Amino acid sequence: MMLNRRQALAGMTGALPLLTGAAPDDYRIDPQPVADGLWMIHGADEPMLFANGGAIANIAIIATPAGTLLVDAGPSIRYGHMLRKVAETLTGQPVVRVYVTHLHPDHGMGIAAFDPAIVAALPGTIADMERDGRGFSDALYRLLGDWMRGTDLALPGRRIDQPAEDFGGRRLQLLPLAGHSNADLALLDERTGTLIGGDLLFLDRAPSTPTANLGRWRESLDALARLPHKAAIPGHGPFDPGGTRAIAQTRDWLDWLDTTLRTAVQSGLDMVEAGTLPIPDRFATIAAARYELQRSVAHLYPALEAELLPRVDLPEG
Amino acid sequence: MNRRKTLTAMAMSCLLAAGSIAPARAPYPADPLHSPMWTAHAQTIFGDDPVSFDPRVKVSYPEIAENQRSFPVALDARGLGPGLGPVRRMLILADLNPIPIAIDYRPDGAEPYVATRIKLDQRTPVRGAVQLADGQWLVSGGWVDAAGGGCSAPPVSRVKGDWAQHLGEMRGEAWPMADGASRLRVTFRHPMDTGFVANIPTYHIEQMRVTGPDGQLLGQMEIWAAVAEDPAITLMPRAHPGDTLSIAARDTNGRAYLAKVTVARQSPLPTATGATGR
Repeated sequence: MMLNRRQALAGMTGALPLLTGAAPDDYRIDPQPVADGLWMIHGADEPMLFANGGAIANIAIIATPAGTLLVDAGPSIRYGHMLRKVAETLTGQPVVRVYVTHLHPDHGMGIAAFDPAIVAALPGTIADMERDGRGFSDALYRLLGDWMRGTDLALPGRRIDQPAEDFGGRRLQLLPLAGHSNADLALLDERTGTLIGGDLLFLDRAPSTPTANLGRWRESLDALARLPHKAAIPGHGPFDPGGTRAIAQTRDWLDWLDTTLRTAVQSGLDMVEAGTLPIPDRFATIAAARYELQRSVAHLYPALEAELLPRVDLPEG
Repeated sequence: MNRRKTLTAMAMSCLLAAGSIAPARAPYPADPLHSPMWTAHAQTIFGDDPVSFDPRVKVSYPEIAENQRSFPVALDARGLGPGLGPVRRMLILADLNPIPIAIDYRPDGAEPYVATRIKLDQRTPVRGAVQLADGQWLVSGGWVDAAGGGCSAPPVSRVKGDWAQHLGEMRGEAWPMADGASRLRVTFRHPMDTGFVANIPTYHIEQMRVTGPDGQLLGQMEIWAAVAEDPAITLMPRAHPGDTLSIAARDTNGRAYLAKVTVARQSPLPTATGATGR
C-alpha cells in the first residue's frame, strides 16, 4: 500500500500521543447560563483522575460593568489559561477579579494563570495555601502528570476583609464561613439572588472531608439557609435552581456521616469495616459516595476513637 | 522463628536477592501479584514450609489509600472453617515497605482475625499470610496504590511535639460476639518511629499479649514500626460478657503498657458481630 506524504504525516501525528504516552486532550470548558450575566461550569462529578485532568470543581463566571469575575480557577495553569479565554470571549470583558473559595487544589491551583493582584481569598485560606499548597501541588503532579505542566503554587494577592465588593453597580456579598475547611468563602450575587457556595455545598456528589469540622460546617449551612437567595451553585454537582436542595442534601449527608461513624466506633468496628457500611437508598443519586465515605473514615475515625473509646490504661506495670 | 532470627534472615535474604544466588529449595508458587520481593520475603517468612495462595484468607482494605501514614487493613481467616485445624500465626505485610511485616499474630485463644493500620512507603502488595497447625501457609492480598513516604515521614505527634505527654495512653472496649468470642478494640498513643526520619531513632511497640480472667493466653503478637502511629488493633479473643481481659504491651525502650477491658454485656449494633468486607 502506498502512502502519500500528507497521509503519512497525518498517521504520524495520530500516533504521537501513543508514543509519548501522556499527552492529554484539552480541557472541555463549557459554561452554562444560570442567571442574568452568570454562568456555571460544571466540573466532573468524580474523584480527581488523570482522565478528567482534575477538572472536578464547579466554577462561576459573572459579567459586570467593571469586568469579568471568576469564582475559583480550576486545578492547573493550563485550566486557568483556558478558563480566562473562555470567560473573556463569553463576556467580551477582561477578568478583573478571581475569588478562591478555599484551599483545595481542584479550586485554586489554576490561579497560577492570573495576576496575583486580582486574586482574592479569605486570610485563613491564604494561610492554609501557604502551609499545604506545596503538598497539594506534589499530589496533583503525581495524579495528573502532564495536565499540571508548568503549574507553580501561586498565592492570592488580595486578602478579603470587607463584607461586599461592588463592580460598577453589581454587588457581591462576601461571606466568611468555615467547616469544609478553616476558611470557606461563599458569595451572594445581589442582582440575581444566586448563592455561590464553594465546597460548603455539594449536590448529587458526596461531600469531601479532608479538612472538615462537621460542627462548624453545619453552622455555616444554617447561615447559608438564612440568606435571601433564589438559587445556588454548589462547589460540586449540578446547579440548584431552587437554592434549598444543595443545602439540605449536604446537611443530610454530614448528619448521616457523623452519626454512622460514631455508632461504628461505639460498636467496635475497625476502619475497614466502617468504610464498607451500607449507604442509605436516599443517597443513591450521589456520585462518589463510597469513595468519599472511605476517605471520611480516614479523616475522622481516629479522633472519634479518641473521643468515644474509654481510657483503659493502668499505671505502668 | 524468633524475632532476631527473622530480622537476620530478612537481611540475609536481601543480600541473597541482590546477589541473585538461587535458593536451595523447591520454588514457591508463582505470585499472582508479580511482586519483585515475593521470593525474598517467602524465603524469610515461610522457609521450607508449604505455601499456597488461598482466597479464603481475606485481606480487606479501603479502595483508596487516603493517608499513606495510616492505611487500614483487616486480615480474616475465619472463612477457612474448623476443618483445617486452628490457625497458628497471622502476618500482615507490605512487600515493598522497608519494614515489610507490620504484625505477626498468634491467635492462641481467639478467632483468626486481626485488623490494624499500617504505613505505606510506596505502591505495594499488601498481604495476609496465615499459618495452620500443620505448618502450611495460606496467602492472599492485592496491590495498593499509595503516594508513598509513609515510613519516612515524621509522626504527627513528633511534629506537634506532644508525643511524650500522651505516651502510653490506651483506650479500648470489648463487645460480645456469637459463639463465645468477643471483639476487642485497643488503641495506644505511641509515635511508632521507624528510624528512617533524621535524628529520630527506632522506637515502637514491639509486643502485645491479651490474657483472660484466669490468666490464660488468648492472643500474642509481635509488632513492627510499619504499624501506623498511635496503633489501633482489633482482635476477637474467646471471652464472654463480663469477662475482664488484660492487655499487656512493651515497647523497644522497655516501657510496659497495661490495660484492663471488660467485655460488655451486649453489643449495641448488630453489624459489629457480622463479618467484615463488602
